[in-house]
Amino acid sequence: MFGLDKKDTSLLWVVIALTMLAPFILNPFPTGSGMAQFNAGYPDLMQRFVIFGIFAIGFNILFGLTGYLSFGHAAFLGVGSYSAVWMFKLLSMNILPAIILSVAISGIFALVIGFVSLRRTGIYFSILTLAFAQMSFALAYSVLTPITNGETGLQVTLDDPRVLGVSATADGSIPVTNLFGLEMRAAYDLVVGPWTFTFSVGYYVCAIVMLLAFYLAIRIFRSPFGLMLRAIKSNQQRLNYTGLNPKPYTLAAFVISGMYAGLAGGLMAAMDPLAGAERMQWTASGEVVLMTILGGVGTLIGPVLGAGMIKYFENIFSKINDNVLHSWFSFLPDGIEDFIVLVIHPFVGKGWHLTLGLIFMLVVTFLPGGLVEGGQRIARALRKKKEDEPKSPSTEPAE
Amino acid sequence: MGILEVKDVGKNFGGLKALSDVNLSVAENTCHAIIGPNGAGKSTLLNCLVGKLIPDTGSVMFDGQSVLGRSPHEINQMGISRVFQTPEIFADLSVMENMMIPLFAKRDGAYRLHAVEKVSNERTLIEEAERMLDDVNMLDKRGMHAAAMSRGDKRRLEMAMCLVQDPKLLLLDEPTAGMARADTNNTIDLLIEIKEKRDITIAIIEHDMHVVFSLADRITVLAQGTPLVEDLPENIKGHPKVKEAYLGEAH
Repeated sequence: MFGLDKKDTSLLWVVIALTMLAPFILNPFPTGSGMAQFNAGYPDLMQRFVIFGIFAIGFNILFGLTGYLSFGHAAFLGVGSYSAVWMFKLLSMNILPAIILSVAISGIFALVIGFVSLRRTGIYFSILTLAFAQMSFALAYSVLTPITNGETGLQVTLDDPRVLGVSATADGSIPVTNLFGLEMRAAYDLVVGPWTFTFSVGYYVCAIVMLLAFYLAIRIFRSPFGLMLRAIKSNQQRLNYTGLNPKPYTLAAFVISGMYAGLAGGLMAAMDPLAGAERMQWTASGEVVLMTILGGVGTLIGPVLGAGMIKYFENIFSKINDNVLHSWFSFLPDGIEDFIVLVIHPFVGKGWHLTLGLIFMLVVTFLPGGLVEGGQRIARALRKKKEDEPKSPSTEPAE
Repeated sequence: MGILEVKDVGKNFGGLKALSDVNLSVAENTCHAIIGPNGAGKSTLLNCLVGKLIPDTGSVMFDGQSVLGRSPHEINQMGISRVFQTPEIFADLSVMENMMIPLFAKRDGAYRLHAVEKVSNERTLIEEAERMLDDVNMLDKRGMHAAAMSRGDKRRLEMAMCLVQDPKLLLLDEPTAGMARADTNNTIDLLIEIKEKRDITIAIIEHDMHVVFSLADRITVLAQGTPLVEDLPENIKGHPKVKEAYLGEAH
């Protein structure tokens, strides 16, 4: 279906089901219960899951297929955000032109930066992209203040022209982002017994865009173009002597992944119409590298999983503070309770980076293929078990 | 006039004269071997033919066109395919994917975006790849990961990848180096078969005299960067100058 083979189609269906049912899946605990703080099904966070999913999917097209590790992809994300906000300021609060401009402008940026950076490979390429991103960050932060509004960040204000929309609504407030009148902030709460599920327009817009982005990524992976990108990672020398010029291929991959980043940045601004220079900082570029490696480099679903996991840690795991820990271990005698809380304390709450770092180290060491490899191993082990079952108990297990 | 004409080619690396006054003419549909002791400049000459190195002096004409100043992929598009000393294949890809890449290169040129079509929809190319794999007896390995194959199989795959492009000139850089006797003989058989079946010119650099004398129609002996003699194989065998070059007077 959709021009995909059976395996890819079922993968796509799984992702469709997961994203469409996310408000249920991520809200397993009843509101008001002790576990409710682990619910991730609120619009703001769900939007972040899928937006960073798009960012990571695009990054994986470059890093996963060609092996070129860019340390500056956040620059394209930032450029996308700024473009979108400018569109909201000048044209209208409709997100469609804003997102189109984000993708186009970040594509142009990627073309220029990629053209220069791709003259080198390996670590030198990474350093060049890092340098470009840091330059963009510094420019946005200071010199380009008229365009980026420097430290404060770019925001929509009441006196923006918005030629196709209105500068201010009838009641004198700033209009909200919408898709042909459908407000991004609009949400519907479904109450089922003790549970509350929130369905937000913003989330579903982001989710549909991510599904399209994911589908396009599958098509690229399975196309001759994708094959050439994998060949570049494998052996550039052979590719040269096979009559192919690797440079336009890598540049195209770089621009495509830059446009994905711009799309993510545009969506971010569409959900919350502001853009700041910190979106371009190198830590943001490093984050998408971590997402991709954690989920599984060069796999289709890996980057999305990695993005979800890191954002979950950042937003949910970080909420476990000492009070929460004390309430969990309150059944223990006082001294032991305090001791256990003391031991766990550095790993949770503000220390979530530590836990994530440990998980990252474990994944890289034992599962070089990321979470996807972990899933594959479990699936293989289960299949093996099933095959072994009908055999008589006396047979030795293989190996 | 041969299909490959090398005229007065010279190449220096700093003070070292790697090649000087090399003249070579390879006639169409023959197998021309270039032999010589270590350091004679065989690999340098080959690199000058494929665009990896640019000679300091002289000219290299292929099929009436100069190859000088062209990059390796352009030279390949002119019809020259090269087999390396250690097999250069796409080790991370499957055998079939390895075969598809040269076919796409041949059909689409050096670059085409081609990002929404599916590889598995290219029926005619897949059939062509399968035919070629069948020719080198590797059809049963089509789904195999290229890195997992034996060295002999990697060599066969590399040759299949070159041949599937139907090149006018096939350059072989010590194709049997480091191979066991049986693999060497297999490779010789394969090359003889290729010669008989196809209209193809082969230029081969080789140390193994057994390989050279089984295949070559003509032999050039290179020593210290200059061609010593060029003649038919039977005349090379007992040639005093060749013996001198290999055994050396200086030693």
